[in-house]
Amino acid sequence: MTNYSIEVQNLVKFFGRRLIFNDINYSFNSSTVYGISGPNGSGKSTFVKILSCIISPTKGKVVHKADNKIIEEEKLHNHIGFVSPYLFLYDEFTAEENLIHFSKIRGKIFEQEYSNFLLNEFNLLERKNDQIKGYSSGMKQRLKFVFALLHNPEVLIFDEPTSNLDNNGKEKVYEFINKLKKEKLIIIASNEDTDLSYCEKILELEKYKNK
Amino acid sequence: MKSYSLYKKDWQSELRTRYAINALSMFILVTISVIMFSIGSEKISEYLTGGLLWVVIFFSAMSGLSRAFVSEEERGTTLTLQLIASPSTIFSGKLLFNIVLVFLMNIAITILFSILFESFVINNLQLFLIAFLFGNFGIAISSTIIAAIISKASSKGTLYPVLSFPILLPLILTLLELTKYSMDGKPIEKSFVEIAVLISYDVIMLTASYLLFDFIWKD
Repeated sequence: MTNYSIEVQNLVKFFGRRLIFNDINYSFNSSTVYGISGPNGSGKSTFVKILSCIISPTKGKVVHKADNKIIEEEKLHNHIGFVSPYLFLYDEFTAEENLIHFSKIRGKIFEQEYSNFLLNEFNLLERKNDQIKGYSSGMKQRLKFVFALLHNPEVLIFDEPTSNLDNNGKEKVYEFINKLKKEKLIIIASNEDTDLSYCEKILELEKYKNK
Repeated sequence: MKSYSLYKKDWQSELRTRYAINALSMFILVTISVIMFSIGSEKISEYLTGGLLWVVIFFSAMSGLSRAFVSEEERGTTLTLQLIASPSTIFSGKLLFNIVLVFLMNIAITILFSILFESFVINNLQLFLIAFLFGNFGIAISSTIIAAIISKASSKGTLYPVLSFPILLPLILTLLELTKYSMDGKPIEKSFVEIAVLISYDVIMLTASYLLFDFIWKD
């Protein structure tokens, strides 16, 4: 098992003149489930995007390490699995076509068996050959978990993971969090109490607003 | 290989949605028809036909090539791409897609011009092909990086031609000159300066694009 860590150093983010958070210093390590909490507009999504190096902070830095070796930003995408309501897959492709394209673009071999296993776990196997423009929002949300898990990343970042999901879908997500928490670094950004109840440590963003 | 996979994904997507292909073919047909109607039975000079060829090519490029990035931004799939590939892979994949699209589009325009306009006669085909080859690369490279820039802006439609014009102007001017030379039958040896300008433009734009893309791609 890889010992993965994310170190956040003096992180500051402004949007224009509006301060989102100020001076966050935090360390995330493998085998732990972390929660990012805060009310709407507190910067949870911005924070997880900065953690994934999708957007840049105004000040400070984020360092990803695998077994104490720093991972280059160019290669970071293969270490992160990301689920979020503002993540969209390609509507004109079927679920399986999407997954095949993503694997190939990542430079990885598409593992049909593992893909079928994940699709089955999230109740999508029978619909895998349907274009996802015909999927409901809940099905699309479940497919995002397959997308996040397919390349077997060391870090899983879930931004509002249970949005659009019914009770069965939520149970399945929690089941996966419990199953994977021993070997992966899981970060959940949410304001749902149930989502946060699975977290061992919680970073409250509101505390960094006026620091 | 990763860039090629992205290119394949884009083509498959394009063949299903047909957004760029339809926009480009309609634009080419309409523009050439308008030119033909306005000319009527008048005989226009060779040089003017050569100029009109590049005018049609420039505006056709403006109508379809921005799709590479704008469609990702409009569908919200930019984040998905950021999560599966490095910026250099994405730029290479999108550039490959635009190169193929530019070549298909410009071959079609040139064939239509040679069929429909009597005065479009190339006397030095070799020189024309060199200009065509490097010109298409230049258009594809510039259009791709400009598409990446404008995809982040709110007024995408109007910004694309406005931003493209000053960047593509030196390229178009050199291409006009080389087309004129190829119509005159001027030997390649006497067109070295223009060919060198064309190749330099491509190299500079390609290098600058790869250096800039990281900053454009990351919000």
